[in-house]
Amino acid sequence: MIRSQSDCTRRFALAKRTSRTAFQLFIIMTDLKHLAQRIRLHALRMTSVGGSAHVGAAMSMADILATLYGGTLNVDPNDPQKPDRDRFILSKGHAGAAVYAALAETGFFPVEQLKTHFQNGSKLSGHVSHKGIPGVELSTGSLGHGLGVATGMAYAAKLKGATHRVYCLLSDGECDEGSNWEAILFAGHHQLNNLVAIIDYNKIQSLAPVSETLALEPFADKWRAFGWGVVECDGHDHAQLRECFAELPAQGGQPTVVIAHTIKGKGVSFMENTVEWHYFTARGEKFDQALRELQAAG
Amino acid sequence: MRDVFIARLCELAQADPRIMLITGDLGFRVLDEYMDRFPKQFLNAGVAEQNMTALATGMALEGHIVFTYSIANFTFMRCLEQIRNDAAYHDCNVNVISVGAGFSYGQLGISHHATEDITIMRSLPGVTVASPGDDWETAELTTAITQTPGVCYLRLDKSSPGNTQRPGEIFRLGQTRVLRDGTDVTLAATGGIMSEVLKAADTLAERGIHARVLSTHTIKPFDVATYANAARETGGIITVEEHTVDGGLGSVVAESLLEAGVVPRFFQRIGLRAGFSSVVGTQQYLRAVYGIDAETIVSAVERRLGAGTARRVA
Repeated sequence: MIRSQSDCTRRFALAKRTSRTAFQLFIIMTDLKHLAQRIRLHALRMTSVGGSAHVGAAMSMADILATLYGGTLNVDPNDPQKPDRDRFILSKGHAGAAVYAALAETGFFPVEQLKTHFQNGSKLSGHVSHKGIPGVELSTGSLGHGLGVATGMAYAAKLKGATHRVYCLLSDGECDEGSNWEAILFAGHHQLNNLVAIIDYNKIQSLAPVSETLALEPFADKWRAFGWGVVECDGHDHAQLRECFAELPAQGGQPTVVIAHTIKGKGVSFMENTVEWHYFTARGEKFDQALRELQAAG
Repeated sequence: MRDVFIARLCELAQADPRIMLITGDLGFRVLDEYMDRFPKQFLNAGVAEQNMTALATGMALEGHIVFTYSIANFTFMRCLEQIRNDAAYHDCNVNVISVGAGFSYGQLGISHHATEDITIMRSLPGVTVASPGDDWETAELTTAITQTPGVCYLRLDKSSPGNTQRPGEIFRLGQTRVLRDGTDVTLAATGGIMSEVLKAADTLAERGIHARVLSTHTIKPFDVATYANAARETGGIITVEEHTVDGGLGSVVAESLLEAGVVPRFFQRIGLRAGFSSVVGTQQYLRAVYGIDAETIVSAVERRLGAGTARRVA
């Protein structure tokens, strides 16, 4: 049985306020699992109803989002613009459905609004947009934009002496964009240790595997060479993700990249590790099967 | 114009700590005073214009008033998408400063010829496009764009006719200035080419033709009313720009007047039509080569006014 939105929100808030006993940790992990499941279910329904693409990219990062919005990020749905909030930017804007789902599930706007995704007149565009959507810091959609803006935010925070962090979630294919490497060079040089890049490293990009398009490996070494601290984890393991985010920065005076190894289409057997489910839309029997699998996972 | 801009920016930065100048590793010696006086309000993004603009957006979203600074096309062309999607769509107070309008860097080749920027920048929704024609306009625009929300593009020329402010004249963003009050023809310009237009107006005056001279320091928003008056009161309009005629000042004037139902007796765009410049030379040299100098302007006016002019001169 899936918990309600309000139930999830209340329990996350409670867990954040209280000390971490083993039982509470169990509750948190259970809730993260449920939040991730709800993000996936919403993303499936939103992309199916709207006939939009990128469901595989949304599934791939659902656990990262659940961990971030389920207690890592200092954000408040009742005060989305509070000055000391952590900033989160989705640079892989094409997977915006999952961010909308995470925001709705954690109380930033009504879950009901998710049904308008991709519909005529809706503010919930296929690529994530901030206009009229509380909790979205930056509209993206063209790849290679998020990290540079996040870097500017992190630099501004340093100037102010503010202590919040700026998180930016990128895709692996997106790392083809030269603009990212400009930002990576800058952030390393300026030792922006309040900046956290997260890579949804599912190893598949639009037309083919990353390794066959523009190989990124040795990926971690590239970041290290640019002056970043690197941590790698299973991007579907909430405990590992929590651990990564609990120990920031990974290297004292350096920005951090969390390379999260993920599976494209994670959670739906026929979508997993496929190139085509970057674009396909689940309808009819495929939709029913995907729904059954995601619901069973709860 | 560049030095006037920096001097005014120093005054503004002194008064407002939110002001931030980000350069794309250009401004040798020019930025020294600013860098020395305001080290916390200065940042060198390196030779990385996309990131320079992204940084500007991030900082503007955090409350800064940001100026990005580079030469000619570097400040807007490679990073156009960052200006559009990031700075403009997010209504950021990011002011994009292009130093070296038109053929200011004529000898350096086409990479340094900023000859399509007005067209490109004015197509972006909500972006203010400013192109001062003298030092006074440059200083006043610097203040004005600081106070104007959203993205502003400021195009700075190497050449300038100095200071054309009339006694007591007040500057208004978006309002075209009338520098000469003639009624025989209107010569309208944007940018440093104003020095050629004023020379042409002087020559014409000696020949008995009194041109109204307009300086359109703000291309967007555009001042239709001043042009409609000019069309009605002087009959003919000739626009002059060190910029392609495709989508520049002349286009704005033509589009706006036609839409307003005001059709001048004659209309001509003096600007660049010959494609990329494959020869180099000083700004003055290239102006003559491409037919946008004072002499060409005088000839164009005399040709347009035709026989009537000859009679008047006689």
